[in-house]
Amino acid sequence: MSDVTMQAARVETSAQARRGKDRRWRTNLAGLGFVLPFFIVYALFLIWPILLGLRMSFFNWTLSGLGSSDFLGLGNYQQLFSDSDFWQSLGVTLLFTVISTPLLIIVGFGLALLVNRAIPGQAFFRTVFFASYVLPVSVVVLIWSWLFQPGFGLIDGVLTDLHLPSVGWLSSPNIALISVIIVTVWWTVGYNFLLYLAGMQQISPEMNEAASLDGAGSWARIRWITIPLLNRTTTMILILQVIASLQLFQQAYLLMGSGDGPNNSTRSIVQYIYENGFTTFRVGFASAGSYILFVIILIVSIGQFSLLARQRRNA
Amino acid sequence: MSTQTVARETTRTHEQARATDAQKKRRAKNGVAFAVLVVMALMWLIPILWAIDTAIKPESETTAIPVSWLASHFTLQAFATTLATTSLPTWYFNSLLTSAIISIVTVVFASMAAFAFSRVPFAGRNILFWIILAGIMVPGQILIIPLFAMMQSMNLVDTYWGIILPQLASPIAVFIFKQFFDGIPYELEEAALMDGASRFRIYWQIWMPLARPAIAAVAILAFVASWNNFLWPFIVITSNNLMTVPVGLATVQTSFGIRYAQIMATALLGGVPVLIVFLFFQRQIVQGIAAAGLKG
Repeated sequence: MSDVTMQAARVETSAQARRGKDRRWRTNLAGLGFVLPFFIVYALFLIWPILLGLRMSFFNWTLSGLGSSDFLGLGNYQQLFSDSDFWQSLGVTLLFTVISTPLLIIVGFGLALLVNRAIPGQAFFRTVFFASYVLPVSVVVLIWSWLFQPGFGLIDGVLTDLHLPSVGWLSSPNIALISVIIVTVWWTVGYNFLLYLAGMQQISPEMNEAASLDGAGSWARIRWITIPLLNRTTTMILILQVIASLQLFQQAYLLMGSGDGPNNSTRSIVQYIYENGFTTFRVGFASAGSYILFVIILIVSIGQFSLLARQRRNA
Repeated sequence: MSTQTVARETTRTHEQARATDAQKKRRAKNGVAFAVLVVMALMWLIPILWAIDTAIKPESETTAIPVSWLASHFTLQAFATTLATTSLPTWYFNSLLTSAIISIVTVVFASMAAFAFSRVPFAGRNILFWIILAGIMVPGQILIIPLFAMMQSMNLVDTYWGIILPQLASPIAVFIFKQFFDGIPYELEEAALMDGASRFRIYWQIWMPLARPAIAAVAILAFVASWNNFLWPFIVITSNNLMTVPVGLATVQTSFGIRYAQIMATALLGGVPVLIVFLFFQRQIVQGIAAAGLKG
């Protein structure tokens, strides 16, 4: 090869390299350009409030003053931990989560199992169980407050017909949270039901047929085929459900007529935060409460996600 | 006939017998399943039916004891009164306006971001995607206090923008779009790139038309979610004429006192728009929720 052609080749490769760099640069610019609009909104209304909330939780911040006043360090957190109302609302939230989560998962799974059978009216049942989930919370609560009404409410009416004593659904400290749970199951179980149904429809019917030819009964098929194959779905539902349940607020607050329920028995941690932030305007203090809840939710979901990751590795 | 074929025939008839037996059993079990489902469906329907029943009773008969489904006559008076005396039509408008804007902006911003995450190999895209994905885990309720403080400093408390802005950042929408884009083969786009089409033209003229099912799912889910959002508009809105449907309805119980026919009529009128959207777009809603929930 002559010197001239070698030189020409060298010139060409450097031109190519330049063109490649140019293209990479353009690709980076294009990619960032596409992501930017979403990212600006995301940074402004998700990342920034997380940081701002943390900052607020260290100050004696009030809404009227519009900003930081005295730096308290961990003062808000110390005060929070010594407030019995905080511990009580945390207890209500945990109790609600511990009771409602298994209920919402089991009822959702059971309904999906039944609807997934070859029965008439499948589409109808699916619509009925899911429709309540799309109703606004206020509609749900207006209807259920009326059902729970002492004396002339439908539920009390039925109890009277059966010669049973009437129940203080919204007025008894031992019952009020149960009423909140009943309303929550009625309102939201459709979501878990739907995820389970979608998961079950991905299981091939041959697998069940083969098992039943081998003499496996329905329970055995549910135990050894449906439940194991839906393991990941269950973990996913569990994660979403626990996160949702720990944020209990709106249905309890509205069902108790914008109150805390008898003996504060339905006041959740979010409601405690809301009341401190927006009725007594102790915003810094309320932010500290939000952060405690955030950390609890984070710990719980990290634990659950690692469970999911382990399941994926084993699958 | 050889013994072998006889044997084969007998197993076949055995199998047939077992099959019809199993079929019978399955039919019986389906019958039980159906009966249980009917009972469960009634538990889900009775609250709604009772609300309808109450709403069409004359007001004076709603609190009759013993409790009865019957009334001397049925009337639509409560619906008429509700529409005339509450701000429900205004609340409808506010919900429709804010939810439509949130839905449209979410579709445009999230699909653009997802397009880049799926198709444009730019530097740092993995980190950015994980940052956005992590947002799915951030519980919305804990942001209300700092968000309110932000809205206050931006003078957006008690405005439409105050309702809309914090609801635009939906990481789950990016996730649904990315799932969808990842499933489409590359060839289409390579041909277009060869022709020298710009990235934006590829996004707009090739991907968006292809992504119609994902667009429908995200648009409807975002619309329903913001229509039903209670906590945020409840906090950021104080004027009656800017309230959304769920917030407005929450004020009804106290203002109506014990006029149950009217309260139920209001609840039903408040629930009907989302139920209509749901019945029309059930398929997209179901698919969208399954896509968002299962593939995570």
